[in-house]
Amino acid sequence: MMDSTKLVPLSNCSPGQKFKIVQLELIGTMRYRLLDLGFVPGAVISVQQKSPLGDPTAFRVNNTMIALREEESSKIFGEVIEND
Amino acid sequence: MTEDKEWRIALAGNPNTGKSTLFNALTGLRQHTGNWPGKTVVHAEGSFTYNDKTYKIIDLPGTYSLLSNSADEEVARDFIIFEKPDVTIVVLDATALERNLNLALQVLEMTDQVIVCINLIDEARKKGIEINKSLLSKKLGVPVLTISARNGEGIDELLKTIDLMVNGKIKTNPLKLQYGPDIEEKIAKLIPLVTKLFGTEYPARWVALRLLDGDHSLLDALKRDYHSSVRRMTANGYSCSC
Repeated sequence: MMDSTKLVPLSNCSPGQKFKIVQLELIGTMRYRLLDLGFVPGAVISVQQKSPLGDPTAFRVNNTMIALREEESSKIFGEVIEND
Repeated sequence: MTEDKEWRIALAGNPNTGKSTLFNALTGLRQHTGNWPGKTVVHAEGSFTYNDKTYKIIDLPGTYSLLSNSADEEVARDFIIFEKPDVTIVVLDATALERNLNLALQVLEMTDQVIVCINLIDEARKKGIEINKSLLSKKLGVPVLTISARNGEGIDELLKTIDLMVNGKIKTNPLKLQYGPDIEEKIAKLIPLVTKLFGTEYPARWVALRLLDGDHSLLDALKRDYHSSVRRMTANGYSCSC
């Protein structure tokens, strides 16, 4: 079991970084939607780019670009595994 | 001679998997579109004949899931559960199998008359993706075909497989996901209750899972369908004891 205090929210990552999901602290429909799109524990997400106003941010998951608002990405926790 | 019975095929799949391209390839111009009753969700159905059988094919809305998170998902779910198509074809994008298989697993929990159709195989080849369809078929427990709907590749094999399946010549053994001892114990408790209430009308394990998940949308849909089927039975001279 890994130390959960080391986990960071996906929203803290910057473009170019790769992030491995450990847990989702979302419930209900939004949790299902993200799981369906491939935001599952163990998945590696690469942070693509921020929109001009800083939110939402585009992420690449399963070879697909998905834009998430900070509202959602701040509730996806994991670890940064690679910096560009 | 063409048989009288019209077999029904449902097409399910993620958005942008070429589901509608396959639909068009199978039906040509014999199709019409409208809305699902009471919903602003597009309904497309068409027909074709193959080997003296007439088929009606319904293009379900493209969804990532069938867990009733949206009107599209409810329409697709209700069709598979309540309308019970003779065959459900799950169309997957060969270049994004990992994401697409999520929906395939959900459909396998709902019905065992499933054909998995991996589309865009030409795209996948270009990208150097190889798909071991016999291994996938063994793991999923249903036929798995690779096709390219826009080039017509694999359509003949799909038609043959549909024909074999409606003739009962294909025995499937759909993969049943295991949810761990805690959940499995609860499922085991619920299944006899679900069966007592509905008989074999709905897939009991799937209903049990949805109940455990607190799926109110399914409960409402079950109530609607159950009462209308009781009314149908009473109208046909059966008595109702509820």
